[in-house]
Amino acid sequence: MTASQREHATAAGSEDDPGRGLKALMDILAASPGAEIAAAADALGELPEAAPVRGPETGLVMLRGRIGGDGAPFNLGEAAVTRATVRLAGGAVGHAYALGQDREKARLSAVLAALWSEGTRREAILRDVLEPLAEARAAETSRTRREAAATRVDFFTMVRGDD
Amino acid sequence: MYVAVKGGEAAIANAHKMLADRRRGDRSLPAITVEQLVEQLGLAVDRVMAEASLYAPALAALAVKQARGDMIEAIFLLRAYRTTLPRFGASRPLETGEMVAERRVSATYKDLPGGQVLGPTFDYTHRLLDPELAADAPVDPAPAREHEGEPLTRVSDILAHEDLIERAFTGDPDQMPEEPSGDLTREPMEFPMPRDLRLQALARGDEGFLLALGYSTQRGYGRTHPFAGEIRIGEVEVEMDVPELGFAVALGRIRVTECQMVNQFAGSAKLAPQFTRGYGLVFGQSERKAMAMALVDRSLRAGELGEDRVAPAQDEEFVISHADNVQATGFVEHLKLPHYVDFQAELDLVRRLRAEFEAARAGKDDATAREAAE
Repeated sequence: MTASQREHATAAGSEDDPGRGLKALMDILAASPGAEIAAAADALGELPEAAPVRGPETGLVMLRGRIGGDGAPFNLGEAAVTRATVRLAGGAVGHAYALGQDREKARLSAVLAALWSEGTRREAILRDVLEPLAEARAAETSRTRREAAATRVDFFTMVRGDD
Repeated sequence: MYVAVKGGEAAIANAHKMLADRRRGDRSLPAITVEQLVEQLGLAVDRVMAEASLYAPALAALAVKQARGDMIEAIFLLRAYRTTLPRFGASRPLETGEMVAERRVSATYKDLPGGQVLGPTFDYTHRLLDPELAADAPVDPAPAREHEGEPLTRVSDILAHEDLIERAFTGDPDQMPEEPSGDLTREPMEFPMPRDLRLQALARGDEGFLLALGYSTQRGYGRTHPFAGEIRIGEVEVEMDVPELGFAVALGRIRVTECQMVNQFAGSAKLAPQFTRGYGLVFGQSERKAMAMALVDRSLRAGELGEDRVAPAQDEEFVISHADNVQATGFVEHLKLPHYVDFQAELDLVRRLRAEFEAARAGKDDATAREAAE
């Protein structure tokens, strides 16, 4: 996670825009494999009891493209998405939405989102969950980019027939 | 008279057990896992997702396994599964310009910003079977080098500066629709069909059918003079507005293939000559399908661009009505189901016609014989 991302996420905790850090957390949780989330959440110790409000359940989201890449939207096709909503004893509610069919990931992600919204353990969530997962995702993206870069063609011109 | 026929139950049950046996094959070999299919037959999984119109790699891999590798059967299975799921909503349009690309090539500009990035391509391989692959030899990780951070500029943006290429949306940008005009999974098809619905149909259309039609345009049946302006393959983020949150969240990334075909256009009384565009976007890594889709998309715009519609690939109703392989296989394969009564009726009819034919011929023979005698 870059300094600006960290600032962005912690600013979330601030009163002016509580949704921003939550979005950063939810984005990273959705992008991460369930096993990694579970391992990261272990570091938080005992998680509070969370009552299921909805799901976990798997459904469809229609994915849209744009005509020509930058024009009007069209329906490209659907994706399997799993979502969950939970409520903590104190009343904080958490939601999770992610591609795939991993119900345990959705449930745990919703618990973490609810904990974040509750506000008392944000530092720990940031340190143990959000940052390490964000770093792992950034490393994967960087790896993909560097592997692709290795297949970039370096053209050179051969001078011929000038003499 | 209607005669109910029973008695197939035991045969059907045993046929399904035989299918399960043949699917498993030689028990001394380990069973293939869904994870192995996702990792090692990824392009087969991609094709099933694309034509089932459902992005779900593990489910698509399971379908491939269950279908014994029969792609259309696997597509059918995944389509059937999707009908059991509720729909949560629709994503924001994917921003393919922000793709984490593994591959991006252009056949129109050698030195475009971001360069020619070949990625994991079969191109330039010699297409020689590799006996070493039959053994389980270790494979090196992909080489890597520093990424310069140069964004991959779209070819259409390069040409757009001089108005040499049409814009994706030709009207007032503020008037660009926020929603597609319809959804083929919800409403029956009607012709003529707007381009957004055609693209939905093509994105889920059969790769072989679109490939053949695209090929036909190149061979002169509705020629469109195409250049592969740009092809890119990689991951794009899916974002969805979640009403209960009041903001959009990312749901993760999916892999897509995009093709921008650039086509000659001589202009008309209303429009100055400029390049036009055909567009292809497909789930997973499938350059062939994305290119074919872009060719067919452009061909189907014949009417809009004032071109003569003379070839099959320009006939919207023909192309769209026959592109879906689940529908096609359903109708073709239903012919093997019992048609005993239909056939009995036809058999009676042919017998009667033959009797009339014979009677008429006998009559004519008599007449000819009489004439000859006279």
